[in-house]
Amino acid sequence: MTRSTRKNADMAETPLLEARKLRVEFTTRGRVVHAVSDVDMDLAPGEVLAIVGESGSGKSQMLLAMLGLTAQNARVTGSVRFEGKELVGAPESLLNQVRGNRIGFVFQDPMTSLNPYLSIGLQLTEPLRVHKNMGKAAATAQAVEMLKAVHMSEPEQRMHQFPHQLSGGMRQRVAIAMALMCSPKILIADEPTTALDVTVQAQVLSLLREIRERFGTAVILVTHDLGVVAELADRVNVMYAGRNVEKGTAEDIFYRCRHPYTEALQRSVPQLSQDRLVRLVAIEGNPPDPSALPPGCAYAPRCFYRLENCDQSVPPLEPVSGAHAKACIYEGKLKYQGETPA
Amino acid sequence: MSLIPASAEQNASATASFTPPPGRSLWRDAFSRLAHNRAAVASAAILALIVLAAIIVPWISPYNYYTPQWAQLDMPPNLHSGHIFGTDDLGRDLLVRVMWGCRVSLMIGIVASIVSVVIGVFWGATAGYLGGTVDSIMMRVVDILYSVPFIPFVIVLVVIFGRNLFLIFVAIGAVSWLDIARIVRGQTLSLRSREFIEAARASGVRGTGIVVRHLIPNLLGIVVIYATLTVPSVILFEAFLSFLGLGVQAPMTSLGVLVSDGASELQSYPFLLLIPAVFLALIVYCLNFLGDGLSDALDPKER
Repeated sequence: MTRSTRKNADMAETPLLEARKLRVEFTTRGRVVHAVSDVDMDLAPGEVLAIVGESGSGKSQMLLAMLGLTAQNARVTGSVRFEGKELVGAPESLLNQVRGNRIGFVFQDPMTSLNPYLSIGLQLTEPLRVHKNMGKAAATAQAVEMLKAVHMSEPEQRMHQFPHQLSGGMRQRVAIAMALMCSPKILIADEPTTALDVTVQAQVLSLLREIRERFGTAVILVTHDLGVVAELADRVNVMYAGRNVEKGTAEDIFYRCRHPYTEALQRSVPQLSQDRLVRLVAIEGNPPDPSALPPGCAYAPRCFYRLENCDQSVPPLEPVSGAHAKACIYEGKLKYQGETPA
Repeated sequence: MSLIPASAEQNASATASFTPPPGRSLWRDAFSRLAHNRAAVASAAILALIVLAAIIVPWISPYNYYTPQWAQLDMPPNLHSGHIFGTDDLGRDLLVRVMWGCRVSLMIGIVASIVSVVIGVFWGATAGYLGGTVDSIMMRVVDILYSVPFIPFVIVLVVIFGRNLFLIFVAIGAVSWLDIARIVRGQTLSLRSREFIEAARASGVRGTGIVVRHLIPNLLGIVVIYATLTVPSVILFEAFLSFLGLGVQAPMTSLGVLVSDGASELQSYPFLLLIPAVFLALIVYCLNFLGDGLSDALDPKER
């Protein structure tokens, strides 16, 4: 696999984006909701990092916090450094130079992430006019080129169309093109395929892969779909209840996972090869209330391998081997390890 | 577990022969729907006729709205005398006076509505977009202005500044922007959490850019509807003020003044009331129908 070689080469370089002890808390009606707690993250140039976790595990909030886009009642602490510049607590003017210009953002639902009243052309050229002070003609030419790059048919005519005239997949292509307009260093894709049907998902994923190869853009891919991760990612961070519970290369996570939650996530994916009579495994229980997290491991109440000490304190993220790390005190072998092929 | 990697090139070449239709904005869509609404089209046509007549008639008529003709007091409508709508108690041609009334009433209606829409949209959009404390303060200002009783307010204004047309714009505009500000603020609050606003923020668009390029175009639909419904209510407001003697100064006239004058001679010369009242009702009806038609045409559920 080329993945691991690419990864090893990248590790030597300085990280493009580096988050340390990132915390996002919301205060609502006197209660403090811990959306993201003490997350560390590194992203090397040109690398695809997947962030996996179920709904409400803080994936999206973590990324929004990096660009200062959290809601007004959020309190963000810790550090996020992009190309050496600190983004947490940075003035809006600096953040606006980074947003869309150096870091592009693709949202989950292309049905709602485009403005229904503005033409595709106007929306595509907006980042260029905001960041590069580009004239209309030059911006339009570049937007048409970008539409070609995302394999949009008839790009010139599309410029005059409106979002409601495009299908979901086409809109997501437009949204990706919009995020790439200023040739950003990082493309953040927040569940870019969740709102699309399966064949279109595959097209969007192959587009993302192509963009990485062609422009060398690093991609942060947020998803709860392990299939998407297997397709695309170099490295994977698994999140649960706002914490990073396991991180490593895609191979580490798929073949050598060491955290019970990662294992449970993999087992709950339906397999085409699976006997139809075998009941699909679901993770018992619900994720914890982020405003009342248990003192110990947040996954403990649902955990199959639960130990006495699991309730005592939050397990730190400790290295297993190389870049592979897990936050779990269970040291034994996981029961179903390796049983589910990725 | 691998998904079928559908080649994007293949997909692009398959659709290459297909030419997408030219862009049809929501506005053009809405316009074509409006064109199919008979009541709205008829209303627009009648309004256009009234506006045209209000512009042309005083211009080509041999009579003006202010010179009394003592020989021709209170003449009933008569085609042969040259006074199609008759004359009033000072012998002035009623046709010309009604057309002047339409001019003044429509002007007050339109200007006051524009003023109130502009103030209301910016106030409401700013409050809704910024939210938090700014929002609370701005909306409390609106609440305070709401609680000012309108008629005493106008009487005070008239006592201080005397009666003039400009004052009526100010008085009506100052009151009617409050509703629009509230509506726009509510709409902005719901728009603000929509993903495309977040997408614009994530691509580095600054606050004013978001308000001007993303929020206001999305608000225009509801604002256009509300504005067409504000014009008739402002016209009625003005008629009401003039009826109380707080409006337009004689010999200048408005539909409200004409109705008020006509009402005092209702028993002997009913046409003096009827004719301006019919025009007032027509204008208000047509604007309401047009506003209804617009609200249907711009309703996203109709799409």
